[in-house]
Amino acid sequence: MIKVEGLTKRYDRTVAVNNISFEVEKGQIVGFLGPNGAGKTTTMRILTCFLPPSEGTASVAGFDVLQSPMDVKRHIGYLPENPPVYPEMEVEEYLTFVGRLKGIPKADLALRVREASEKCAVAEVSKKLISKLSKGYRQRVGLAQAIIHNPDVLILDEPTAGLDPKQIHETRDLIRSLAGAHTIILSTHILPEVEQTCDHVVIISKGRMVAKDSVQNLTSRLRGQEAVAVEVTGGDNAAIQQRLEQVAGVSRVVARDTRDGRHSYEVESLPGCNVRGDVARAVVESGWNLHELRAVALSLEDVFLELTGAGQAAEGEKQ
Amino acid sequence: MTNIITICRKELKSYFSSPIAYLLMAMFAFLFGFFFWNAVGYFVSMSFQAQMSGRTIPMDVNEMIIRPLLMNVSVIGLFLIPLIAMRLFAEEKRSGTIELLLTSPIHDMEIIVGKWLAATILYACLLGISALNILFLFAYGQPDWKPLLIGYLGLILQAGGLLAIGAFISTTTKNQIIAGAVTFGACLMLWVLEWVAGYETATWATVLSYMSVVRHFEPFSKGVIDTRDLVYFASVIFLGLFLTARSLESLRWRS
Repeated sequence: MIKVEGLTKRYDRTVAVNNISFEVEKGQIVGFLGPNGAGKTTTMRILTCFLPPSEGTASVAGFDVLQSPMDVKRHIGYLPENPPVYPEMEVEEYLTFVGRLKGIPKADLALRVREASEKCAVAEVSKKLISKLSKGYRQRVGLAQAIIHNPDVLILDEPTAGLDPKQIHETRDLIRSLAGAHTIILSTHILPEVEQTCDHVVIISKGRMVAKDSVQNLTSRLRGQEAVAVEVTGGDNAAIQQRLEQVAGVSRVVARDTRDGRHSYEVESLPGCNVRGDVARAVVESGWNLHELRAVALSLEDVFLELTGAGQAAEGEKQ
Repeated sequence: MTNIITICRKELKSYFSSPIAYLLMAMFAFLFGFFFWNAVGYFVSMSFQAQMSGRTIPMDVNEMIIRPLLMNVSVIGLFLIPLIAMRLFAEEKRSGTIELLLTSPIHDMEIIVGKWLAATILYACLLGISALNILFLFAYGQPDWKPLLIGYLGLILQAGGLLAIGAFISTTTKNQIIAGAVTFGACLMLWVLEWVAGYETATWATVLSYMSVVRHFEPFSKGVIDTRDLVYFASVIFLGLFLTARSLESLRWRS
């Protein structure tokens, strides 16, 4: 449904997007993941024909963004980072205006407006001025605007940015419910969002694509490898660390901090080894007190930090 | 065409659902009322003088009231037009709604013409208010309606040209104040260009004074339609809208 090949976008001297290629199948939800300023928005703007690419090609629903932008625009619903709403308009009036812009025939217009407002749960505020709406409602009006012409492809730029936790939850559910009928690309810098809503993920950092895989594959890269948080009292910091390092299957022990005589560590194990029992035994047998022993979940976040190189930078700061 | 109407309707709605349209109308009504009162007062005192001295001076409502009034209105326009034009694109750029317009399946030119048309219609609405005063002239005198109509046509053409330039300036910034100030400067410049013709006869001076708006509006105020003036206003409108289109296009390449 979406095909991007060797996409590059340059501004003067800076390269915002550097040689990105990926494909999205019909009905998939793909998450664009990357730190702020990674080139997510630029890529989306190219796909929506707002910006032309410097190099490479992008096509949506079989239409090239440079050769037939009108056809691409007809097949895309786009929600920019700030919902493009007119505060002086009423919700229904705004959606009708967008419907006309998108070329919905007059006869279907009222029906489509109603459908979109019901899907995005803005029907009850349809007569309200957009300027009077909360951020959450505005975001939903923005979504309603994006789906009003029933586009094949939905492009959502940080759809949950600036919302409160409840609204974030609702928006994610809404996006999930739109999948299937629409192919969706959404960008975010929030990792759990990708884990919860997307099938596939494209990770971008500094304009380059660093990974492209299904969410499952990416997280299972780390499966089998485990980290354990350990808190011990009654011993000497160096001695405890040394003892922990001797436990079979432990690959690395990182001392976290010491407070009121409590020493905490993060024990990383080799893939396939469950070291929790051995760690507990080692601590107790040495005559120390085991205060806490807890598995630390390795999530997409770790993959992400590893891939974008931010992990090393963060650890460097700690040391 | 339907897209132009869609955009135009939305723009008009924006003007009229914010205080802008009403504020401009009130200002215009007040200023025009003052000018009208002055013009009529002058006319009345002249006719008294004529009666007292026993001489018969030709007293022409069109020549003595309507024409100076129309010239005055075209000056008021200089101040009002930047206020109308400044928000056209600057506002959309600031709020990000420009992304909606530019990613919708409509052509840039449809957006531009729609917006320009709405601004021109708003200006025509302002002019409409002056009809109230003009009606009094018809109630108590016999002015000729044809030159009056031509005068209004001239005012609308003048506004169309300046609004097209204002639309272009509005695409270059996110800040409405800057757009308004620069547009005002441009309007004023186009107005006073004619002054050079007063002391200089070289070719450049002739060219400059030809570019002056007032020079091409004046014949309309007398009720004269000259194709030269029509061509002038048509080219200003075309140039303004063309620059707007190029500027909007460059937004895609630069932003």
